[in-house]
Amino acid sequence: MSTVKTTSGTNGLLQSEPLLFERSVEGRTGWRPATSGVPLADDLPEDLLRQAPMRLPELSEPEVVRHYTRLSQWNYSIDTGLYPLGSCTMKYNPRVAEDLAALDGFAQLHPWQPVETLQGALHVMAFVEDSLKALTGLHAVTLQPAAGAHGELLGLLLIRACQESRGDPRSKILVPASAHGTNPASASMAGYQAVEVPAGPDGILEVDTVARLMDDQVAGLMVTHPNTLGLYERNLSSICKVVHEAGGLVYGDGANLNALMGIVRPGDLGMDVMHFNLHKTFSTPHGGGGPGAGPVAVTQELEPFLPVPVIHRGDPLTLEWDRPNSVGRVRSFYGNFGVVLRAASYIMEMGAQGLTHASRMAILNANYLRVRLSKAFEVAFPQPCMHEVILTDRLQRAHGVQTIDIAKRLMDYGFHPPTVYFPLVVPHAMMIEPTETESLDELDAFADALIQVAREAGQQPDTLKSAPSRPSLGRLDEVGAARFPDLRYDFDSTQ
Amino acid sequence: MQFPPELRYSQEHEWVRVEGDEAVIGLTDFAQHSLGDVVYIEYRSQPGDHVAVGDVVAEVESVKAVSEVFSPVGGELLDTNEDLDGAEELVNQDPYGGGWLLRIRLSDPAQVDALMDASTYQAFVAEQDS
Repeated sequence: MSTVKTTSGTNGLLQSEPLLFERSVEGRTGWRPATSGVPLADDLPEDLLRQAPMRLPELSEPEVVRHYTRLSQWNYSIDTGLYPLGSCTMKYNPRVAEDLAALDGFAQLHPWQPVETLQGALHVMAFVEDSLKALTGLHAVTLQPAAGAHGELLGLLLIRACQESRGDPRSKILVPASAHGTNPASASMAGYQAVEVPAGPDGILEVDTVARLMDDQVAGLMVTHPNTLGLYERNLSSICKVVHEAGGLVYGDGANLNALMGIVRPGDLGMDVMHFNLHKTFSTPHGGGGPGAGPVAVTQELEPFLPVPVIHRGDPLTLEWDRPNSVGRVRSFYGNFGVVLRAASYIMEMGAQGLTHASRMAILNANYLRVRLSKAFEVAFPQPCMHEVILTDRLQRAHGVQTIDIAKRLMDYGFHPPTVYFPLVVPHAMMIEPTETESLDELDAFADALIQVAREAGQQPDTLKSAPSRPSLGRLDEVGAARFPDLRYDFDSTQ
Repeated sequence: MQFPPELRYSQEHEWVRVEGDEAVIGLTDFAQHSLGDVVYIEYRSQPGDHVAVGDVVAEVESVKAVSEVFSPVGGELLDTNEDLDGAEELVNQDPYGGGWLLRIRLSDPAQVDALMDASTYQAFVAEQDS
């Protein structure tokens, strides 16, 4: 074996891919642009000029294309298999939305066109706004925020603007202990002090706890519903009343809206402002850092503060800029229109009944896994869950096997691990959200793999502790990667 | 898991060792176990600052999560453990020794009495972990 040269590419499970720098051959070129006719600038400061050419790798075009194509084939995505990340709603993205987005009438639009020529796009945006209003029972929507956390920040700025206009500016935001980390971060970024709210013993927020923390400095409560324990916040409408009576507003984090569509309207519970993750609930692609969209819905009281421009519902549709109470712009143009367009396609494809059915199936699938896995694993909260379920490693820890080992071993069975060690309030959590787009066969295959891993924990714990063994790379050194990140190619040490 | 009897313990899993009118503070063995491998420590207070009970004095980042360290006693912050810079593993390897985090001049030594003794803390941890 030692005489066989390791090659690039995929050979069964043998995957290896050197860096482009390592494959570079001096003088090799892929593509040579014509000599530019533009004269060189000669007035740049000397100290800003590069003294030697950049040391870029030198390769042919097919070498580069193959390198990136091979790497792309190593990716795991929702198009290759189940992706059960809790609170991430990794559901399948229907291809029809891509067809729609590729239509010339949409793809060739430019946001600087005269608004009379953008009517189709504005109708799509108005349709998505109206759909989000119908689903939440709230009064108005802006589509501009570029992602969920951006929506959170905007929502908090709207709360501040509203309370300042009441002559009642405040300094603190209540955030439940189980919240997404982005909630306290957004509160902090908006200049508020985040105050943690503990949940009751069954994982549910209690009215008295919130009431005790409310004072004239608390601007409001940021709450995810269902919460990140996958549980229905059954006290929420009483909690909203308590917050309102003390002069606060309620912010709804829409990360888990996939459990509520057509079942509960957050506005009816008393939420004042809420963001949506179109890339979760409305099945637009989760970017790998690519575009998301985090629209925000508000009550009538908060509407005057929405960012400009807003769509004015005349005939024709126009964009309204003259809104003196607006918090201003939060995004160039009108948000990530391509994402909004795909969400429109999803909403039209599903219809009201389809969306309701999707939420019901998401809940059913999570509960199916909860029951199937409840013998092999401890379920953190045994009551029926919503769209996601949390397991722990308690039964496996007796064998020295922890959550991380279970997650890594699952990879040997070809599955992407669930969210681990989150939410923080459940020690050693494994958080599984199957979504409605997985079939019963797929759910069973995933459950079978997890049950097999639980069995192995008792019989061959060392296999788990050294897992994974089948992917191209084994257990990675997470501590080393965090403490000594190696992000630069060091020419001198390798050449 | 170690619970040295000469130390006092907080509900947030910090330990306190009294030396004259000063207190040395660190994370307990249970805390470092729960956190997993510590990779980064950021102090939120600097020597010379006055800290009160419950103030966030540091953030400890592990491979699993970022956790806040709350001061279990009040007083003037005298020193932070600079040896941990680049040797964060000491928090895991030697939580009651080289992994100490802070040294504080106690403003009210009675605050230490309000903390748990080793056997109470051990029972507290057993309950948390059950």
